[in-house]
Amino acid sequence: MSELRYLLFLGCVIPYRISSYEISARKVLDKLGVELVEMPEFNCCGFPMDPVKHDLMLTLAARNLCLAEQQNLNIMALCNGCFGILNHVNKELKEDKKLKEKVNGYLKEIGMEFKGTITVKHLIHVLAQDVGFEKIKETVQKPLNQLRVAQHTGCHVVRPGKIVGFDDPENPSTLKKLIAVTGAECLDYMDEMECCGNPISGINSEIPLQLAREKLDHVRAVGAQALITVCPFCHMMYDLNQSRIERTFNEKFRIPVLHYPQLLGLAMGFSPDELALKQLRVDASKILTEVIAQR
Amino acid sequence: MSKNKETKGKETEKEMMVKLSDIDPKFKYEISKLPGAENVLLCFQCGTCTADCPIARFSDFYRPRKLIRMVQLGLKNKLLSNDVIWLCSTCFTCIDHCPQDVGIASIVRALRNLTVEGGTMPVVYKELASNILKTGYTYIISGLRLKKREDQGLPPLPKANLESVAKLFDVTGFSKTLEKERT
Repeated sequence: MSELRYLLFLGCVIPYRISSYEISARKVLDKLGVELVEMPEFNCCGFPMDPVKHDLMLTLAARNLCLAEQQNLNIMALCNGCFGILNHVNKELKEDKKLKEKVNGYLKEIGMEFKGTITVKHLIHVLAQDVGFEKIKETVQKPLNQLRVAQHTGCHVVRPGKIVGFDDPENPSTLKKLIAVTGAECLDYMDEMECCGNPISGINSEIPLQLAREKLDHVRAVGAQALITVCPFCHMMYDLNQSRIERTFNEKFRIPVLHYPQLLGLAMGFSPDELALKQLRVDASKILTEVIAQR
Repeated sequence: MSKNKETKGKETEKEMMVKLSDIDPKFKYEISKLPGAENVLLCFQCGTCTADCPIARFSDFYRPRKLIRMVQLGLKNKLLSNDVIWLCSTCFTCIDHCPQDVGIASIVRALRNLTVEGGTMPVVYKELASNILKTGYTYIISGLRLKKREDQGLPPLPKANLESVAKLFDVTGFSKTLEKERT
């Protein structure tokens, strides 16, 4: 397998609502010499079906893994949820013979078989481990030295720690280091690992808004000019829902929420339009003016 | 003041009272056979899960420790008719922090699966399941969106193999559950 070639697993949330993440990710990955291969076929990663039928989740995930095995390519996911479930199922099926037999029994019905020959990565693993900080640094032409941001790594890219085995799930540093490479300062704030709450939005509309409000409150308290995410589902909570949070709690945040590739892209010298910054719900032009003024 | 307190205390006590007839003594063993729930008997009620749960902080009802105790006691019917089990956001903090390696979020998942098998599924999951069956994607992605992708220079979305997806719904037994829901 060529080192910087991956099967891109887009997932559902990105094409449904958050194209800006895909557009910016493709731009920066291309610049870094990462080759993306499109999925030949697709179905949902399985995550949304785990609460209703565990075996259905397993087989939906396994089918995607089989598609990657057929291409002899590792998967790269942009979404924490897709990464979490595909990686979890991949590791479980590789380690648990009985489970593999069971799932392969289901897959036989559609003429597929899980073999266990590939690995699953998230965008930030690819950037930090495979591309490497040095190489990313070389592509940074317009460091964002005056910008002060905060990061939200999200849950499934580090938890459960035993399964993911990457970074410290209590106090992850990968995204912080990736932000530092862009020249921006990454500020610490309270409860950085707090969940966005979005997975229960369909069940309860209040609790996720309360969680997101608290996050934005903590981010604002340290004076961050933007929040940086690496998951479309978390991004929805903080960007798409920010005005709703403001209305509900009678607050004013106006904190732009950028996908990490948008931040990196700006540091690489891409224009805001090339990185689809206009698609963000919370206006990012204030920080862009500052960024561009420095150039 | 003290009277009020007493009354309150009594109410709580009444609420918490468990009748022997409500108990399914084998329920904990049933649960402990499900994936990720193997250590349910090891919970010693320390409360780390509830203390660290982001949902418990904002909910008056969701208490993972209580759910695990209810499993141990065998309060099957109470658990499987309880909306509260749908509040876990699957952040997995409880799994990472549990000193006894009790897969709390997985046990909640098992309770949800059993509830669905029993014929009760939240509307949102019915919608998502039906979207996946119809399109392969969890959400219906409109033609307008697809056109916009093209305009933005993005490659076409990968197509779903709906025949395979439907087959997986069938062989895992989920199609039947969905049908039951419809009738």
